[in-house]
Amino acid sequence: MNTVNTAEHMVNSKIKVRNLSFYYENGHQALFNNDLDIHENAITAVIGPSGCGKSTHLRTYNRIYSLHRGQRAEGEIWLDGVNILSPEMDVLSLRRRVGMIFQRPTPFPMSVFENVAYPLRLHFKLSKREIGDRVELALRDASLWEEVKDSLHKSGQELSGGQQQRLCIARAIVTEPEVLLLDEPTSAIDPVATLKIEDLLLRLKERFTIVIVTHNMQQAARISDQTAFFYKGHIIETGPTQRLFTTPKEKQTEDYITGRFG
Amino acid sequence: MKRINFLDSTFRNVCLICTGVCGAITVALVVQLSSASSEAWHTFGWGLLLSTEWDPVTNVYGALPAIIGTLLTTGLALFIALPLAFLCALQLVEAPPALSKILSHGIDLLAAIPSVIYGMWGLFILCPLLQEAFWLLEIDTNGFGVLAASLILALMILPYICAVMRDVLKMTPALLKEAAMGVGCTPWECARDIFLRHGAKALLGGIFIGLGRALGETMAVLFVVGNIIEIPSNLLEGCTTISATLANNFAEAEGLQQSVLFALGLILLLMTFGIQVLAHCYLRKTAQMKG
Repeated sequence: MNTVNTAEHMVNSKIKVRNLSFYYENGHQALFNNDLDIHENAITAVIGPSGCGKSTHLRTYNRIYSLHRGQRAEGEIWLDGVNILSPEMDVLSLRRRVGMIFQRPTPFPMSVFENVAYPLRLHFKLSKREIGDRVELALRDASLWEEVKDSLHKSGQELSGGQQQRLCIARAIVTEPEVLLLDEPTSAIDPVATLKIEDLLLRLKERFTIVIVTHNMQQAARISDQTAFFYKGHIIETGPTQRLFTTPKEKQTEDYITGRFG
Repeated sequence: MKRINFLDSTFRNVCLICTGVCGAITVALVVQLSSASSEAWHTFGWGLLLSTEWDPVTNVYGALPAIIGTLLTTGLALFIALPLAFLCALQLVEAPPALSKILSHGIDLLAAIPSVIYGMWGLFILCPLLQEAFWLLEIDTNGFGVLAASLILALMILPYICAVMRDVLKMTPALLKEAAMGVGCTPWECARDIFLRHGAKALLGGIFIGLGRALGETMAVLFVVGNIIEIPSNLLEGCTTISATLANNFAEAEGLQQSVLFALGLILLLMTFGIQVLAHCYLRKTAQMKG
């Protein structure tokens, strides 16, 4: 299933998923023996019809699923050679290294500045000035600085939807993580704001390894380098985005990307 | 058709009368308290609020010790109850559903215990316990006083505040929690920094409701507060509250003293009324903001 050609072997895999299965609290199995390599400093798109397990898959990378009683993952997820599913893994430092952005913007109930400064204060001991500098830098990186620099003390929840989502991206990158997980980040945002975020991701991939779940195939085609197609909890096909969209090897992939189902 | 109309108008009139009576009683109460206390206001003026004297022999009275005692015990009770209520609420939300349900009922039951039972418990158990505890520290006290009263009050308002906090924590969107944990919060940091701020306004409403109850509480406080009409110099000293002063003195009061007690009653009524109005305004404002 997971056909890997020699060219892809040349790239460094940041995350290696091996034999990953996932179960919900009622025993329902949502993922079946997923194998996937996430390339470093590239954008990997995870596509598939709704309910196929793509979000569930993504949510194992920072173990955010473990907040929910009874959900469990089996198998291995290697991040730089360390299995993050092992019980010894320190999830707090894992979540600093693997940031996450959600379907809807999730600004904290605090000011724009504090939203971005908050994770810094959690993980580092920094002077006031250093915090100010890094917050500004993160907001600039998230293409939000020009819009909010005069209202840093306004509540983050008063920004527009697109701005809120970029605020969340700033909040995620301020701690210099290695991986960014995005779970349908533009599904609640208008098309103009969506394009802004896509541009932003293309710039950020030079510094971060990005995995984005999207139901929007045009989006996957526009921004991603690699694509993984999920169907009913199985990874049907993975490969370079252009190749997967032009000459899919699996019948199901072809049916999905040509719009025959999903 | 006729019968329906008849019932309809009768029903409406009965409702109107009931509502009217309730409203009228409130108004009448304020009027009654004002007129019965007019002698005291005429005699002492605003000095009644500021004087610490209380001498039935020379007929000189001041409300300040009772007012301070009330504010002190209530404030301290709130100070003790708030963190406890928060931790309880956190546990209720995070615990497995079955356990959470049992604990939840237990805490709700605290609210149903008659206050006289809290008073008895305070008198026979809490105060001797405090006495012994402070003896160990070589501090001489009989246990009755500000601290004992505050502890009892804290226990009494705990369920109210806890219930509100529990609901606030439950209402926090799951996505916000995931986002907070996603940046690497511990559950405690998440509750303290995100949940509390998210529900800050509703929490304040819950605190006001607890405050209103603590301010007017009589029986439980009466048993343990010491009933000394003086401004206490430390937390182990006896003092009095407005409601305790009223309960202690009404039986034999007459003339000017009775009028002073009515004045105290009016002060207490206005204090609790003010707190309730503030709480309602705050909760309504919050509801509007949430749309």
